[in-house]
Amino acid sequence: MDILVSQLFTGLSVGSVLLLIALGLTFTFGQMGVINLAHGELIMVGAYSAFVLGGIAGEGASLLVAIPVAFFLAGCLGLVLERLLIRRLYGRPLDTLLVTWGVSLVLQQAARDIFGAPNVNVKSPPWLDGGLVVAGATLPYVRLFILAMVMASVVGIWIYMTRLPAGRRMRAVMANRQLAACSGIATDRVDLRTFFIGSGLAGAAGVALTLLGPVGPTLGTNYIVDAFLVVVAGGLGQLRGAVAAALALGVLSALLEFQTQASLAKVLVFVAVVAFLQVRPQGLVVLRSRALT
Amino acid sequence: MIDRLRSVTGRKGLMAFLTVGFVFIVVAPTVMSDFRLNLLAKYLCFAIAAVGIDLSWGYGGMLTLGQGVFFGIGGYSMGMFLKLAEAGPDGLPDFMSYNGLTEVPAFWKPFASAAVALPAAVILPMLLAAGLGWLIFRQRIRGPYFAILTQALAAAFVILLIGQQGYTAGTNGLTNMTSFFGYDLNDPVNQRTLYVVVAVVLGAVFLLARQIVSSRYGRLLIAVRDGEDRVRFLGYDPTRVKVLAFTVSAGMAGLAGALFVPVVGIMSPALLGIVPSLELLIGVALGGRATLVGAVVGTVLVNYAKTSLSEQIPSGWLYLQGALFIGVVAFAPRGLAGLWEAISTWARRRERRPTPQLIEPAAMP
Repeated sequence: MDILVSQLFTGLSVGSVLLLIALGLTFTFGQMGVINLAHGELIMVGAYSAFVLGGIAGEGASLLVAIPVAFFLAGCLGLVLERLLIRRLYGRPLDTLLVTWGVSLVLQQAARDIFGAPNVNVKSPPWLDGGLVVAGATLPYVRLFILAMVMASVVGIWIYMTRLPAGRRMRAVMANRQLAACSGIATDRVDLRTFFIGSGLAGAAGVALTLLGPVGPTLGTNYIVDAFLVVVAGGLGQLRGAVAAALALGVLSALLEFQTQASLAKVLVFVAVVAFLQVRPQGLVVLRSRALT
Repeated sequence: MIDRLRSVTGRKGLMAFLTVGFVFIVVAPTVMSDFRLNLLAKYLCFAIAAVGIDLSWGYGGMLTLGQGVFFGIGGYSMGMFLKLAEAGPDGLPDFMSYNGLTEVPAFWKPFASAAVALPAAVILPMLLAAGLGWLIFRQRIRGPYFAILTQALAAAFVILLIGQQGYTAGTNGLTNMTSFFGYDLNDPVNQRTLYVVVAVVLGAVFLLARQIVSSRYGRLLIAVRDGEDRVRFLGYDPTRVKVLAFTVSAGMAGLAGALFVPVVGIMSPALLGIVPSLELLIGVALGGRATLVGAVVGTVLVNYAKTSLSEQIPSGWLYLQGALFIGVVAFAPRGLAGLWEAISTWARRRERRPTPQLIEPAAMP
């Protein structure tokens, strides 16, 4: 029983990190039709900025500072990427994918040259040591903190999208870009803002990952594939879909890893996603539209 | 035979094809050192896979980021055959004894026979591609979604290979393959023969692809790339067209993998993951997608650059590769083929108008 609880909890925690990463992907994909393979490197930038801040401010003291700083840095990098490259490629999603892959290779190698190829460790603050005991299972405070951080982000995004004028414009562009432009919405400014928020969330996710393990140049690539599966299974640009798909994927892979081996679990998760797409080819939540493609 | 060839390539194309074939099969082995020739054989293996990618991506618009999986299945089929052929007295490949296995696993056993292992290297990738392609394309999942799914497939495949250490030799992969049908692979003469085999296979694959894209089916494939829904409205079934192209491309990748193993003597997960799968794409993009010659030229160039750069500055290759992806795809999407075309139209125009005529501004309408 306690093993099952702790497995479920691990699944939730993995799923919540995936969610934080997938949110940025699903919005840029849904709104601009852009697949950003460099998203993983934005995570890495976030993680390394936490590492650098830890060096400056002393071990463990910097977590709460690192989150906004990483958000801002990764967001700015995302803006630069959008302005310099991605906006030239709107309407060519496959090419965007390859170009951002090139960016990701360059950023990874740059990180290797700056910080060295071996992984580095970021000390988590002492107030996150230990855990909460529930039904005989220990739930580490670190993972609870990440869960809370993701919940706060999701609530923040939800408020942004449903309650604020900027979010309303974002939803309009996502639903129909031309009509939104005709109604006087500056779509390219909306694009920039979405890209900033999405990239920033990736940076924040990077800080969260420093709590779970060491930081290396390929940190992002380990998570990006699963995050993409969340986007595909959840439906484009859909907050509800992304939340459900991320948690389902996290719990599913945790349970499968518990039942079988970790290496087999990856294959089974892939099979499960392909099987799911047979039932709902456009993902969990679909934005109804009469457009052909 | 020659007439048949000419119908595929055209008169001018036939001359070019035979000339290039002569250079690769007769001239290259006589002027190049053993080491360089072996490297070239490796590049040509990648070029075989690149022709397949061009078929699926360049002509069919299906960007596959998991071609390494099919390359790997072909390679492992061949590798298993070679490992079993030179196994110790108990019939067990070396790494299995290290991992404490006492018996050859059941799924390895058929690969002891060349009659199974060699066809399997091509047929298994095709079966996987046909099944996966059918499941994906019939649901009208396309474009980036398809690319993401193939990428996830590559990730899962590599993790599986690494995880099942006892059956697959894990991260190290299959190594120490020294003989091929009784021929010593370290003997330079045999390596030279192997090079010729690879070059001939590449020529055959190239002609097959050429035949496919110039056929009626090939035009349908291009039409599906440019307007899948319109093709559907005309009464064709795009699913079948796409599945066929993806399957053929997987078969070519499998064939490339199978040839790669005796040439290089190793097959490991590091050659198959997401990164190597995308590395196969950059050659096609550089050469110019939807031109088969471009795919071959681009792949050989990119791999040559990789080898020579890695010898000097190890980290340089990743920067160059990243720059190539950014530069070629964003700013020169038609690659070298587009450049070639631009130069030849410019030259033709110059030829036609040898002296530029001065036109008085008043004479202009």
